[in-house]
Amino acid sequence: MGYAALELNDLARSPGAWLQGSGPQADIVISSRIRLARNLADFPFVGRTSERDRAQIEELLHRSVTRIEEGSSLLYVDVDDLTGVDRQFLVERHLISREHAEAHGSRAVAIDVREEFSLMINEEDHLRIQVMQSGLDLEGAWNRVDKIDNMIERDVTYAFHEKLGYLTACPTNVGTGMRVSVMLHLPALVLTRQIEKVFRSLQKISLAVRGLYGEGSQAMGDFYQISNQITLGRGEQELMKQVADIVPVIIDYERQARDYLVRESHQTLHDRVSRAYGILRTAQTISSEETMHLLSSVRMGVNLGLIDGLEIPKLNELFIHTQPAHLQKLSGMELDSADRNIERARYLRRHLNKFPDESERN
Amino acid sequence: MKCQHCDKPATFHITELTDGKPQELHLCEEHAREYLTESGQNPASVGSMAAMLAQQMAQQMTVGQTAEELARLDEQLCPFCGISFHEFRSQGRLGCPHDYTCFHRQLDPLILNIHGESEHVGKRPNRGADQSEARTRLIRLRREMKEAVTEEDYERAGKLRDEIRRIEGEQEG
Repeated sequence: MGYAALELNDLARSPGAWLQGSGPQADIVISSRIRLARNLADFPFVGRTSERDRAQIEELLHRSVTRIEEGSSLLYVDVDDLTGVDRQFLVERHLISREHAEAHGSRAVAIDVREEFSLMINEEDHLRIQVMQSGLDLEGAWNRVDKIDNMIERDVTYAFHEKLGYLTACPTNVGTGMRVSVMLHLPALVLTRQIEKVFRSLQKISLAVRGLYGEGSQAMGDFYQISNQITLGRGEQELMKQVADIVPVIIDYERQARDYLVRESHQTLHDRVSRAYGILRTAQTISSEETMHLLSSVRMGVNLGLIDGLEIPKLNELFIHTQPAHLQKLSGMELDSADRNIERARYLRRHLNKFPDESERN
Repeated sequence: MKCQHCDKPATFHITELTDGKPQELHLCEEHAREYLTESGQNPASVGSMAAMLAQQMAQQMTVGQTAEELARLDEQLCPFCGISFHEFRSQGRLGCPHDYTCFHRQLDPLILNIHGESEHVGKRPNRGADQSEARTRLIRLRREMKEAVTEEDYERAGKLRDEIRRIEGEQEG
């Protein structure tokens, strides 16, 4: 096992800073993220490069990335060298994209060990810098990503166009190259079937709604990411403001929906939440999908005071630790789908019961 | 961004008005065509959708082009990275920074359609990074070298490598 693989094992045991469950409105807002897409001026975009070009780009950016001074150490990972489970693990943690995991050839990711930022090299663009914060803090995320961007720029020349701004492989990212996104937990809006209405109104103001794992992913566990679709013709501050202005409105809708549920169908809600908790504590085999779905109910139950003795950070951790690759890394075994479901149920029983042995006997 | 109907990249981004409400459509070329043809075959549904889509496609390819002219535009190549506009349209990814300049006639309306704006506002790099002649030359040499390696013309690849190193050296100095 290489050095990077060992470090990844350490990473697996913690839930990641952005899942701490701290920060303003942390019961609904999970995290804030900003990513910048950048390309080197002297190379073709990644899709048109030769393997030699990619290796050279990686070398150049590796050198630059290791010079980032942000008060913590960086873990530099050669993605091509990783096992399938390790790649999937990084995707589950939002440290690399699914595309980056599945691509071929020289590519890397540099991870801040506190998981507050990561840099993907040779993804769709030569460089993608992302900063993540727990709770709602876009300003903080921007200050940091801007600083890191400036540090890298001391060493390399970015592709930039006077009129079009930062040039990207896909014209949907041209201009600022910036994607601002806020991840929200919206179970009550889903339960009251109002979520579609929210989506439609967001699309009107050209904001995108994605699932937990970005484009095309299912809205697992009622988690949604709200982000800007437009990157050109608006400054970074304006792009952030648009998202920052809308998030409190959605939070308010979610709170209203929760109040409505508590007021109008308290019994049904309490029953639903309790049953979800019951299944998670006693199941002997359980899929990832069902786990997310039930954890989502329990999370809302904790926030509404319907369940005692459980903390949000613990639940956030369970959301991530019960994902397929995490489960395999934590158990130290490669498991097929059926075995994963058994291991997942065991993991949940162990972490949700005061006396896990008792449930083992049941 | 992926097409709404398949895994291919969406190269057509359309804002459609249904009952006065805007709706975003993201389609790959194939599905955009299919949509257009389907609606075209059924006169009842030749409503706003098909009309808008036709308009978008026409706009994207500059208004009033004949099929021949469209095909010619599609075949246009970037002199540096060698990508054709057709390749860009089918993959949804450009080949090099210079494409924004050489395909600007086709790209400008597309960019305006996606972003509703055509000029960057916001952060700028500290150093001037417009595509200078040396940069575009480097991109061309890298492509030629990739081709030489594919053709197993190692002598030529070696010469190109030296040339690339020379220009890189000049830039650093």
